[in-house]
Amino acid sequence: MINFLIPIMTIIIIGYGLHKKVDIFDTFITGVKEGLKVAINLFPTIFAMIIAISMLTSSNILLDISNFLKPIFLKINFPVETLPLALLKPISGSSSLVILNDILSQYGPDSFIGRVASVMQGSTDTTIYIIGLYFASVGIKKIKYSLVVGLLSDLISVIISVLIVSLYFS
Amino acid sequence: MINYLWSLFLIVGVIYSIIKGNNNLTNNLLTSGTKAIDMIINLVPLMCLWLGVMKIADTSGLLNIVSHKLSKFIKIIFPEIPDGDPAIGYISSNIIMNMLGLGNAATPFGIKAMKELKRLNKNSDVASRSMITFLVINTSSVTIIPTTVISLRILNGSSNASEIMTATIITTFLSTFIALLLDRLFYLLWRKKV
Repeated sequence: MINFLIPIMTIIIIGYGLHKKVDIFDTFITGVKEGLKVAINLFPTIFAMIIAISMLTSSNILLDISNFLKPIFLKINFPVETLPLALLKPISGSSSLVILNDILSQYGPDSFIGRVASVMQGSTDTTIYIIGLYFASVGIKKIKYSLVVGLLSDLISVIISVLIVSLYFS
Repeated sequence: MINYLWSLFLIVGVIYSIIKGNNNLTNNLLTSGTKAIDMIINLVPLMCLWLGVMKIADTSGLLNIVSHKLSKFIKIIFPEIPDGDPAIGYISSNIIMNMLGLGNAATPFGIKAMKELKRLNKNSDVASRSMITFLVINTSSVTIIPTTVISLRILNGSSNASEIMTATIITTFLSTFIALLLDRLFYLLWRKKV
């Protein structure tokens, strides 16, 4: 059922729009134009991040760090391959997308690692980026305990992702 | 922040590659941009479809109804916001956008919500309790449809790209709930300290 959520929501929204006599087609086209704009505006950031990330990942330093930490994380049943994603997600959304893509293409989207990475990406957010952006844009200088709580909740999301995927797909 | 991060990635990457004697370094630098184009090409269709559908939901007033329903919950989470304040509308729109996996569409609403919360906090430059709660909800991310994750899974040939949705929903609600508890805890601890 959950697999049909997106198509079902789509027809509900279209049905409601018809009911309210919205100019459905033109409205949809306006949204598509916006989507195109959003995607194109994302391109420079993604491009810049991809170059930096591929330099970092092709140097294998993240892999070496992950391997170095492996014994500790193996003991607690944590899939080490997703460690780079967990480390990067709080910092940059676009770079974590690149890492997710790497993980999915390397281990396969339907593997345990691929699933954990997918859930992790979907259920955490770019804490440091959001705090920086939101507070900077309204001129907040004293951020109090926000960073601590934000990073702690990221850690919790990472742990829960692994737990839920292990339980749900077992 | 992003300045340091970006340069750090490049500098560390290049130096570590040279130390390790990675012969593909030059090639990697010159060709890695193709990956960016692949990624955008795969994001465009989903982004367009979803923003198109959401535009219909917006004009038909459906989005308004949903955010109105949400506002009751918002008052529980944000006890300091007075009834009927415009901040509630922006906060609920931001949360809905995030739920639908439209992080980029959520940001403008988020910034507007922050501005309203600053006004409620007498325009002080110190973060208010509501602001931090709002950030915590945003950073722990309440997702129902992880749009970009699904599109990346399709791109990598998943046999069932949306199978991770249930697990994502459970994870996101659990972690947001714990994050909100943490937020309350830290608020109480901080109040004691000051």
